[in-house]
Amino acid sequence: MVKLADYAGGQTAWCPGCGNFGILTAVKKALTELNLEPYQVLMVSGIGQAGKLPHYTRGNVLNVLHGRSLPAAIGAKLANAELIVLAIGGDGDGYGEGGNHFIHSMRRNHDLTYIVHDNQVYALTKGQASPTSDQGFISKTTPGGASAPLNPLALAVACDVGLVARSFAGDNEHLSQIIKIGIQHKGFALIDVLQPCVSFNHVNTFAWYRQRVYKLGDGYDPTDRIAAFQKALEWGDKIPIGVIYQNDRPTFEDNVPSLKKGPLVKQKLDPAVCNKLLDEFI
Amino acid sequence: MGLNLNVIVGGEAGQGVQSLGFILAKSLARGGYHVFADQDYESRIRGGHNFFRVRVNDSQIAALIEEADILIAMNKESLDLHLGKLTKDGVAIFDEEAIKDYSPTKGLFGLPLESIAKEKAGDKLMTNSVALGAALGLMSYDLEILNKVLAEHFKGEVAKANILAAQAGYDYIKKQFKCNFNQQLRPFGQAQRMLLNGNEALALGSVAAGCKFVAGYPMTPATTILEYLAGKAEETGMVVVQPEDEIAAINMIIGAAFAGARAMTCTSGGGFCLMVEGLGLAGITETPVVVVNSQRSGPGIGLPTRTEQGDLEFVLHAAHGEFPRAVLAPATVEDAFYLTAKAFNIAEKYQTPVIILTDHYLGSSYATVERFDLSKITIERGQLLSEDEAARLTQYKRYQFTESGVSPRALPLYKNTLVLADSDEHSEEGHPIEDAETRTKMMLKRLRKLEGIRLEMGQPRFYGLPEAELTLVGWGSTYGALKEAVDLLRAEQIPANLLHLTELWPFPAETVSSILGKSRQSLVIENNATGQLARLIRRETGLKVSGTILKFDGRPFSPADILREIKKEVVHGKTG
Repeated sequence: MVKLADYAGGQTAWCPGCGNFGILTAVKKALTELNLEPYQVLMVSGIGQAGKLPHYTRGNVLNVLHGRSLPAAIGAKLANAELIVLAIGGDGDGYGEGGNHFIHSMRRNHDLTYIVHDNQVYALTKGQASPTSDQGFISKTTPGGASAPLNPLALAVACDVGLVARSFAGDNEHLSQIIKIGIQHKGFALIDVLQPCVSFNHVNTFAWYRQRVYKLGDGYDPTDRIAAFQKALEWGDKIPIGVIYQNDRPTFEDNVPSLKKGPLVKQKLDPAVCNKLLDEFI
Repeated sequence: MGLNLNVIVGGEAGQGVQSLGFILAKSLARGGYHVFADQDYESRIRGGHNFFRVRVNDSQIAALIEEADILIAMNKESLDLHLGKLTKDGVAIFDEEAIKDYSPTKGLFGLPLESIAKEKAGDKLMTNSVALGAALGLMSYDLEILNKVLAEHFKGEVAKANILAAQAGYDYIKKQFKCNFNQQLRPFGQAQRMLLNGNEALALGSVAAGCKFVAGYPMTPATTILEYLAGKAEETGMVVVQPEDEIAAINMIIGAAFAGARAMTCTSGGGFCLMVEGLGLAGITETPVVVVNSQRSGPGIGLPTRTEQGDLEFVLHAAHGEFPRAVLAPATVEDAFYLTAKAFNIAEKYQTPVIILTDHYLGSSYATVERFDLSKITIERGQLLSEDEAARLTQYKRYQFTESGVSPRALPLYKNTLVLADSDEHSEEGHPIEDAETRTKMMLKRLRKLEGIRLEMGQPRFYGLPEAELTLVGWGSTYGALKEAVDLLRAEQIPANLLHLTELWPFPAETVSSILGKSRQSLVIENNATGQLARLIRRETGLKVSGTILKFDGRPFSPADILREIKKEVVHGKTG
């Protein structure tokens, strides 16, 4: 059996009290409870405070560029479908710099889990507005206040993505369960994590979220797309957490004939595969 | 020189000029001839003016010529534009009912192409095949060969109708053409050569090399590489993805290569611009990827369907920071195959990006070549550890310091080893670092790999008389034209030789120095506006060439172009 200690990592460089700690603990807990060993897991992360997460636990790591975790994760998954692939990054990374990848990765429904540490601010560059900052958020680059925010969950529902979920960095049990559901889901799983930033976001604090988040109950049907849109749009005094939308449509990988022969990395490399093709040009 | 015949097929986009030209080229290649064909087309789907040139020879050729012995003009514009290029005994074939502005004179042969198609094949869509049959009739070529090619190219009833149309065109010209066409082509030899273009050869090279993952965004002139590979993916076991943009494409191949699949992306200069960030990622994470930049005229959108060699300096320096890379610029269709296969070996042996710098001209030009020899393709994966090898390690560091700079490479999902790759500057283990000492050591480790790559580089090509005082210098796709220019110069009593570079980086400074050091006059000839190779030579060898001949109008050099310019330089003593 895999133990939590198998995922023990080194020293972190996060601020004391950061919401990222809760996410790190939940990732480790989810992987342990799924009995996945670190060697089976590949974490592909972007740049920002969130992108450092893989370095603070154990597993295979590909720490790429700002905004590019999804395409790199997709390439790795297509090369070796037996890997458990987690893409990890922040809101600026995934919804800003990586926005185009975000939309199209969901549209194609690649089989991976995308965890977004959504703190509504650019923290590593010290406090600028992000795509999910509240309208009017004042920062050094937005002295007149930020524009209207992106709603990643509604966007994901619009992309008809496999699994759309939200959780809260301050509720470890809930978050680790959602991550488990995401990993077990066949298809793209978006997990937007409400993550208080203790240094640069003094509005959306742990206390602020604790007063507002509520768990979606058994009565909620996540397969109802219209209801999912409504839940995705809910924000303010009450913020829903849980699986907002679920759709078991075929994944991108399901439609790739070459993958039916097993992982690409296990196929033999043989120039002779070219023989017949050469003859077609004669 | 023995037989040398040139056919130009012209028409507007949508008229099937490309198919007509290709079928003609294929039929002639099947008859044992050497063929070289290039295409000129506009960035549009219908209308405009496109042409396809087919040059036929009894020995190997790799360059275009501008004059036409036969002009197949599918519209008036083609006749207007190309009639002036008709040779003394040349013949222009056109539809006399559609084009009435030309009075019959020597060399002009109008025939009712469309009416024949309707009457004999039941459909005006067969007009092109009537023209094809007529052209082959002029040469008295074996129509059976054409029929076989038509039967392969089209299917069922459509093939039959095309064959009828070709026969009708052939018969008509045999009966009605009263003059003697001086080039009679009887098929000779058992042709087992391939006829393919540079992009197809490059794609085949990647297949032979065991490339398993390709991601690419459509962009002329690289798109046909992607299309070919996607069409064959099931057969070759490859995964071909068309992602949202070129940024995704390069990051996908980095992910795939990190996980252990040989991976490639293909684009043109504009797409390569978007990939530059990813190129640096491959450099610092030491991920083996192959990136194809098929150049077209720039900057910006430039001339989308036209050729240029304007990206040489760009690819040498693309991305911020410093890291080792290799740049290979195929000169011929054969090179496109063999150098692509080589690119994958260099990438994996040195765990770094390799750029294949080709262009529109090479990519879209067809040539007859001997069947590629697959026994020459080796698959060398360098320091890639098998899972068993990795299992025997007591500890594993992805970026272990080594003398060669190459670190043993394990793959994710090996039981005994975890692989950490990081775009931050990192420790041997792959964790981010900030300290000056590790940074310096890690930079030097990566850069040491360049010395190994240098030893892998093939020598530049040399052609012509070693003692000649004039040396032409070129790179990439201009090879065929330059080589033929050397022959033309010799015929005009101007002895010259050619130094031609294909494996461009790391730069073969010693060879270039030694040849240029002996030459009295050297001319660098490039399809760009500023003489990028000339500058690179200066930088790497300290030698200043005597002059440059530059062409940046979007069109490839012909041997005659080069001859004309050299005569200006040499005979009129502008340089030297």
